[in-house]
Amino acid sequence: MYNKTIAELSAGLEAGEFSSVELTQVYLDRINSLDEQLNSFITVTPERALEQAKNADIQRAAGNAGILNGIPLAQKDIFCTKDVKTSCGSKMLDPFISPYNATTINKFNDSGAVMLGKTNMDEFAMGSSNETSWYGPVKNPWKQDAVPGGSSGGSAAAVAARLAPAATGTDTGGSIRQPASFCGITGLKPTYGRVSRYGMIAFASSLDQAGPMTRTAEDAALMLNVMAGMDPRDSTSVDEAVPDYTANLNDSIEGLKIGLPKEYFSEGLDDSVAKVIESAVKEYEKMGAVIKEISLPTSNLAVPTYYIIAPSECSSNLSRMDGVRFGHRCKDPKDLNDLYIRSRGEGFGPEVKRRILVGTYALSEGFYDAYYVKAQKTRRLIANDFNQAFDDVDVIMGPAAPSTAFNIGELTDDPITMYLSDIYTIAVNLAGLPGMSIPAGFANDMPVGLQLIGKHFAESKLLNVAHQFQKETDWHLKAPASFK
Amino acid sequence: MSRLDKSDVEKIAFLARLGVDEQDMPEYAANLSNILDMVEQLNSVDTDGVKPMAHPLDAVQRLRADEVTEVNDRENLQSHAPETAEGLYLVPRVVE
Repeated sequence: MYNKTIAELSAGLEAGEFSSVELTQVYLDRINSLDEQLNSFITVTPERALEQAKNADIQRAAGNAGILNGIPLAQKDIFCTKDVKTSCGSKMLDPFISPYNATTINKFNDSGAVMLGKTNMDEFAMGSSNETSWYGPVKNPWKQDAVPGGSSGGSAAAVAARLAPAATGTDTGGSIRQPASFCGITGLKPTYGRVSRYGMIAFASSLDQAGPMTRTAEDAALMLNVMAGMDPRDSTSVDEAVPDYTANLNDSIEGLKIGLPKEYFSEGLDDSVAKVIESAVKEYEKMGAVIKEISLPTSNLAVPTYYIIAPSECSSNLSRMDGVRFGHRCKDPKDLNDLYIRSRGEGFGPEVKRRILVGTYALSEGFYDAYYVKAQKTRRLIANDFNQAFDDVDVIMGPAAPSTAFNIGELTDDPITMYLSDIYTIAVNLAGLPGMSIPAGFANDMPVGLQLIGKHFAESKLLNVAHQFQKETDWHLKAPASFK
Repeated sequence: MSRLDKSDVEKIAFLARLGVDEQDMPEYAANLSNILDMVEQLNSVDTDGVKPMAHPLDAVQRLRADEVTEVNDRENLQSHAPETAEGLYLVPRVVE
């Protein structure tokens, strides 16, 4: 049962082959017996899950079941969930039991979906390997010496290991697509503003976006149907009609124009990854797509631009973690500054501190124009490159990450090399575009993700292009040996 | 030569009200210097006349009617605070 997709499970529930309670129990049992190996969950919520499953079964019996009704899902621990610990992977929020639900959580609740628990992640979503989590690293289900990617590493590992049919993730610089690539699953980062950020703990507010992490593009469409939409509680959410994302999955891609940015296939890309991506592109050619080399000349500016904008916004957002209203407070503060300084010093880990310090410096008096405003300008140049490229092509493709999953501990001493593992994903966030990673094959027995990038609000097109690939290939159906 | 030294990190950490252990200062100074070196490459890019991009869709702040929409949820919200009394958040004395 646990190898089935959301679409298949939903059909099974509707046909009465099993109940949501039975289905939920299958996943809870798997989490219970297998997650010790992976550490993909921070909190498992079995009682709540079974209660939700029971209600879902009642709803279905009454004829009120939508497609996600009774489907168990894992939620990244960045989404506030009422009465459940919402830690964001940090000691700072270890004591935090959220008093309210994120909009995304409310929407899944309304759809009748069941929450299995909250998944592990890099602390405050800052990391590319899930090693910055206060709750310890997550292991990659394909090779347990390897990282699952980050920051949505727990969600990616849980879906790959069949501990959940699907999960949510968030993506500020690649945090859905890079772990999806490393774990061999399907991940979609929607257009900036497509999914509400309300109740999603903020890292870099002009970049953060939530999206689905699933085994198939079809499942991602089903999840996005629930997640997308304007939210009056998120002032940056965009008032744009939400289509049915499953409607165009089966459209022909004959004549589709695919752009391959030459900068994404140059120095720094593993040869073995390049080969997988090239053969995936050939597959698209066989399906009738037209391949065109394009150029994104400012690609080299993406990482430096990001490492000003993201830390600046993070230093501002994380100032709310002050030990006064919620979260960790130090013992016996002697005055107000001592309370702030020690609470924050004890509550945050090294990577979060690094980024707060960089951001504070970049925003400090006398440096604001030289760093933050400069980066906002180069950000526009990066976005302009994409706009120009989309005059000639429908979709841009390339690798999601320059390598397959690296080993735990391999890059922790070298923050900048770690940052470069997001080199192909970061520009997409800066431009606010939708991007996906889909399983495209294996290099040295580890999964490789193909990245698809679309125009603003072209999620339907990306899902269509991904679904057509998944009809012709079976990479997305492969399961890691120990979790089959 | 490192761009930032230990005393710079101390200053920045105080601005951020962020406790950093004495023995970790040199490492943060080196990390920060490396990151600043990396972002330095932006200076070689001509951005004259480029409008800074604050929102990827260039959207502006949406306004709503000034009406009461939220209910008073103080008790629930304060139940998550480290220390409160009579509806107030408690911190060490700031005025003698």
